[in-house]
Amino acid sequence: MSVAVPGAPFLRVRPAKRGDKPQKWGNPGVYFIALLLIGVSLAPVVYVVLGGFRTNSQITVSPAGLPHPWVFSNYTGILKSSTFWGEFKNSVIVATVTTVGVVVLGVMVSFALARYEFKLKGAMYALFASGLMFPLVVAITPLFIIVKDLHLIDSLTGIIIPQIAFGLPTTVIILTPFLRAIPKEIEEAAAIDGSSRLGFFFRMAIPLALPGVVTVGILAFVASWNNYILPLYMLNSASHYTLPLGVQQFSSQYSSDTARVLAFTSMSMMPALMFFAIFQRRIVGGLTGAVKG
Amino acid sequence: MSDTLRTTAVGRIRRGALNVGDAAIAASPTPRSRKRGKGRQRLEIALLTSPAIIVFVGLVIFPVALAAYYGFYRWQGYGAPTDWVGLNNYKVILTDPSFHRVLEHNGLIVVLSLVIQGPLAILIALLLNQKIRGRALIRILIFVPYVISEVIVGTGFSLMLQVTGAVNDVLHSIGLGFLATDWLANPSIALWTLMAILTWKYIGFAIILMLAGLQSIPDELSEAARIDGASYWQVQRHIMVPLLGPTIRIWAFLSMIGALQLFDLVYIIWGQYISDTAGTSTMATYMALNGRLAGNYGYGSAVAVTMFLISFVVALFYQRFVLRRDLTGAITQGVS
Repeated sequence: MSVAVPGAPFLRVRPAKRGDKPQKWGNPGVYFIALLLIGVSLAPVVYVVLGGFRTNSQITVSPAGLPHPWVFSNYTGILKSSTFWGEFKNSVIVATVTTVGVVVLGVMVSFALARYEFKLKGAMYALFASGLMFPLVVAITPLFIIVKDLHLIDSLTGIIIPQIAFGLPTTVIILTPFLRAIPKEIEEAAAIDGSSRLGFFFRMAIPLALPGVVTVGILAFVASWNNYILPLYMLNSASHYTLPLGVQQFSSQYSSDTARVLAFTSMSMMPALMFFAIFQRRIVGGLTGAVKG
Repeated sequence: MSDTLRTTAVGRIRRGALNVGDAAIAASPTPRSRKRGKGRQRLEIALLTSPAIIVFVGLVIFPVALAAYYGFYRWQGYGAPTDWVGLNNYKVILTDPSFHRVLEHNGLIVVLSLVIQGPLAILIALLLNQKIRGRALIRILIFVPYVISEVIVGTGFSLMLQVTGAVNDVLHSIGLGFLATDWLANPSIALWTLMAILTWKYIGFAIILMLAGLQSIPDELSEAARIDGASYWQVQRHIMVPLLGPTIRIWAFLSMIGALQLFDLVYIIWGQYISDTAGTSTMATYMALNGRLAGNYGYGSAVAVTMFLISFVVALFYQRFVLRRDLTGAITQGVS
């Protein structure tokens, strides 16, 4: 799939950005459909966020109504709860360390695959590419046993290390073409300047491939932030829960307090949404760049 | 800092072109230094690749292999497995009626995902692939559901889809109250509810892919057809869609593999036990229920292996017969 990336996007000569800055307004029907689409995409999100501003009786009387009056106690309650912030902290730690791990290991191996000639190169690439066929769900049972044997069960490390491992295939597949597309001349010039292969790697390859590096970093972060099955299997004590487990726990514990559940849910999706809002260009661009045939 | 380095490097290339001797020295090192260089290069490759390979093989490949081993035992997960049962676990899986149902659900989810999301995504991408204002913003907003975690989507939707939830409330208030129903528990509807949620969550991804594919098609082709008198829809039907082929086929592959592994959404919305009666259970929820929750790790592993084999065979067939023309040997010769 992504393997078919023709060349790193950042070096490709782009034709003038057609269509991105149009002059005409075009067909009104298209806007209608686009608006409809946006409405459908955002309605559930808006429902969850607004629901957090209502009381349970408001929700019972009119499940789909607007907040009237607006109630802030649900959100302030969550903001003051140590449960939420504890889970938030766990999620941040897990996602950050996972991202660093995936990026560091991924960049290293991709650099070797992109810029060195060696016999096992094809096999090694195929190994990582085949990782796309080994999803977490299939490996989860024995993974649980392995993590248990390593005495990492019920610890954040026990989630981080498998996440790094499962993040590597996408990373390698996206980064290798980026690193390969750096012109040979730049590397030769660096060599003439007395830079070793590894010096070239740190001082030139990484800065030049930065767009790809950022993309895989963001993908790893979001995947970790949203991961559910791994924490579900690995974590037992509530103090180690990450936000997805926390949301599930909270919604079963307070199942009668719908408004608070909605407030908790929207609070825990905010970081991912904000992350997306900041980096949307890279996420969307990275995904399409990676899978584009 | 890298910028200055880059400029001097580029400067050297130019100078190097003039200074032939310099380039020649760099290009042909003495045999001895080449030999030493080779050893050094091996060391570098080993240093660069071994951490990733160790982590990847240890925690991705090895567990799958281990599952194959555990699958032959009856084993509760404590100590080494000793109770060898041969192919018995697999025999139980293949004759278990609830596994048959799971297979049926998974099969339906795979097919329906393709049939519903594919045409819809292509159509929307074609519509959005016009010179309209705010396209970048539209693209971002329809992608939002893809970024939100399955847990949150599941929690939100299970609240909205309750009998007394927001969806039925809206239906009542717009005069379609007769459509209101128990979206989650009614076995003849639950699967369609799941499909609607899946479509909502994943169609943004499909549209983004299709849009990217459409944008890589040169304008000249549709312009030429226009000049030859083709209508807008003729251009889309006979030029854009066929040229979108590779993107569609890759999307279909990703969609199928994803549908076969579906776990989070079903597990959160329908819980551990209800999914079977509601008709939404999947291979993965069956595995969680009969493996870990039942404390039966041998059996759970056998289910994982079955799942893996099914996905693998599907992937292999798809690559062999459908994707072949798009990426000849890409998996095996990606680097060459």
